[in-house]
Amino acid sequence: MKKQNTFSDQVWMFFASVKLSVYTLVVLAVTSIIGTIVLQNGSPQAYIKLYGEGGYNLIKVLGIDDMYQAWWYLGLLLLLCINIVVCSIERLTKTWKILFPKKISVNPNRFAGSKNRQNIEWSNGGGKDNAEVSAACKAFLSKRVGRVIEVETNEGKVLYAEKGRWTRLGVYVVHASVLLLLAGALIGAVFGFKASLRLDEGQSADTVFDSKTRMPIKLPFTIRCNDFHVKFYDTGAPEEFRSNLTISEGGKESFTKDIRVNHPLRYKGINIFQASYGTASPNEAVFEITDTLTQKGGVYTIKTGDSVELPGGQGTFKFEGFLPHFDFRGHNLGDAFFGRVAVTGKESVQIALPTKFPTFDKMRKGQFTVVVKSFDQAHYTGLQVTKDPGVWYVYAGFLLMIIGCWVTFFMSHQSVCIGLEDNRAGGGPRVWISGKSNRNAQGMTLKIKKLANILKES
Amino acid sequence: MNHSLLLSAATFIYALASVFYIGSFSFKKKVLAKLGFWVIVIGLLANTGGIILRWVESYQMGYGHAPFSNMYESLVFFSWTVAALYVFVELKYKESIIGVFVSPLIFLAIAYASFDPSISSKISPLIPALKSNWLIAHVITCFLGYAGFGLAFGFSFMYFIKPKNPNVESIFAKLPDWDVIDELTYQMIVFGFLFLTIGIITGSVWANSAWGKYWSWDPKETWSLITWFVYAIFLHLRLMRGWHGAKLAIVSIFGFVAVLFTYFGVNYLLSGLHSYG
Repeated sequence: MKKQNTFSDQVWMFFASVKLSVYTLVVLAVTSIIGTIVLQNGSPQAYIKLYGEGGYNLIKVLGIDDMYQAWWYLGLLLLLCINIVVCSIERLTKTWKILFPKKISVNPNRFAGSKNRQNIEWSNGGGKDNAEVSAACKAFLSKRVGRVIEVETNEGKVLYAEKGRWTRLGVYVVHASVLLLLAGALIGAVFGFKASLRLDEGQSADTVFDSKTRMPIKLPFTIRCNDFHVKFYDTGAPEEFRSNLTISEGGKESFTKDIRVNHPLRYKGINIFQASYGTASPNEAVFEITDTLTQKGGVYTIKTGDSVELPGGQGTFKFEGFLPHFDFRGHNLGDAFFGRVAVTGKESVQIALPTKFPTFDKMRKGQFTVVVKSFDQAHYTGLQVTKDPGVWYVYAGFLLMIIGCWVTFFMSHQSVCIGLEDNRAGGGPRVWISGKSNRNAQGMTLKIKKLANILKES
Repeated sequence: MNHSLLLSAATFIYALASVFYIGSFSFKKKVLAKLGFWVIVIGLLANTGGIILRWVESYQMGYGHAPFSNMYESLVFFSWTVAALYVFVELKYKESIIGVFVSPLIFLAIAYASFDPSISSKISPLIPALKSNWLIAHVITCFLGYAGFGLAFGFSFMYFIKPKNPNVESIFAKLPDWDVIDELTYQMIVFGFLFLTIGIITGSVWANSAWGKYWSWDPKETWSLITWFVYAIFLHLRLMRGWHGAKLAIVSIFGFVAVLFTYFGVNYLLSGLHSYG
């Protein structure tokens, strides 16, 4: 036992305590709830609207607007790591001798007095002598459990065998996996990035913008979107998004590949995911403009930003642009063109032309009505571009955690003892069997019963 | 024969099993509990058949996928995993009376799926993000975890119901021995913990292949982590601090509350990546 008199010893024992682990886990569990209730990464206005000025200041000070990266939350994780490391060192030094003993010592009394001890009565065992029974039991034990150690006792002798001593290491594997996971996450946060990229069909880019900081990141290659396709089910729900991308390096095309959701492109440590899509702004459309007074009209092909003369030369119509979401009295009417009708001598009006409702402008009841006849429907593809050099550490952590949990919970260090006591009444020895396990006592009892039954039959 | 017929049948069969178990408990008739067990087995068969038929029917409709993609399908599967795990536990531990705490849970889950009008039982096509073989691995492992925790929750009740004095005349005195209850609760939580861990991991690997991020603090992810923390606390308290009995049962009940919130609360109250199911 470590002496607890010096200050550093006390600090050490504080960090080595399971109490600290439990408290840290409780605090982590409770505080983690906050981030699922309080809006994350919102704008200052959003917080002030929800929680008021004072609430916003508190949120800002405690970093709750991005709480899983807040200093105190990361501090809790660090505390957990220190706890795991110190606790593991403390326990390993104590249990090292149990794990790797120079010589396995057997205490027959512990087995003889065990609750799960079973006495064996052979129906046909009367004919065998001590040496025969001993040899049979030894063969049985070494086959079922492991290498057999013989110990002479006052009553006769005991045969001892064990297996799974190493399984006591399982818990350290689980703890190491947690450290590996967090290390991988840290590596990813420091050396990786997550960015989004919007590419119209036909467009290319070699720079992406970080999702959080909005800072540009230069890629070691250029991505071009040749084509984007979206397929729908008969219910109208999207079935598949697919982008055809070409990667070029140093001015030369390297390769072309289709990407879909769940089927990303991974190249040079950078991953490109299909994330979203939308309608790209068409730069040209065909408009029909009618004068409602004279019923005269014309059909015009106009480029974005260009203007045409209204029928009868009474002013101009300018094609101003395109919006992916047009909000009309609280309803999202989808994509819409925008233009401006300027009748000579009157104030100009801006008009919206939702593509889903071609005759929408007639509702305005102006002198001139504009209808979109046709346009080239182009798409843009929304790509997620990420780099995470820590992901392999995280995956290794995942694997270790599953293995470690399995070993810790479903395997155990088991030892089985068979006692052979000289029978003064003559005939073969009296035999008992019992066992110990570092966990799952109930399972061990069942196992001993089973072994006893097999032994009786032999 | 179609899947909805078979699943409604399963609902009523599970209801019958609960009646038998509760009856056995109230009238102290062991034979009723034995009957209840066989009724659960029949319910499990109907439940299995219903899931397989729904799977087949989705292929016949032209957008075939494993029936694990929305609230209705997940509740039906939740009943299946709890029932299957329960049948295994009763066969292994030969304690029939504990079914009284588990059979109503199995019945309630599948009944809720059928009778809540806000839960659609229509077979609908999968959105692109869900089209992955990870869906099957993720859902099966998570729900095995939930099932383990569900059973542990059922067993935890016994700590508060079973009289401490064995001589007391009470219908609750028939419950299994204290160390059996303790062992069963522990075993179920160990089982649940391993599968929740694998469930979170398969979800992470899947997220990394769909969105390029294995962890994004989405509410469902965060709540599954909170659940994981609670059961990690349970295991440390039992294995390292030697807690047993009612004190520990409270932690197990807290854990199941976290499971329920991860399962339902997040879907109804918080939005995020899992809002579809």
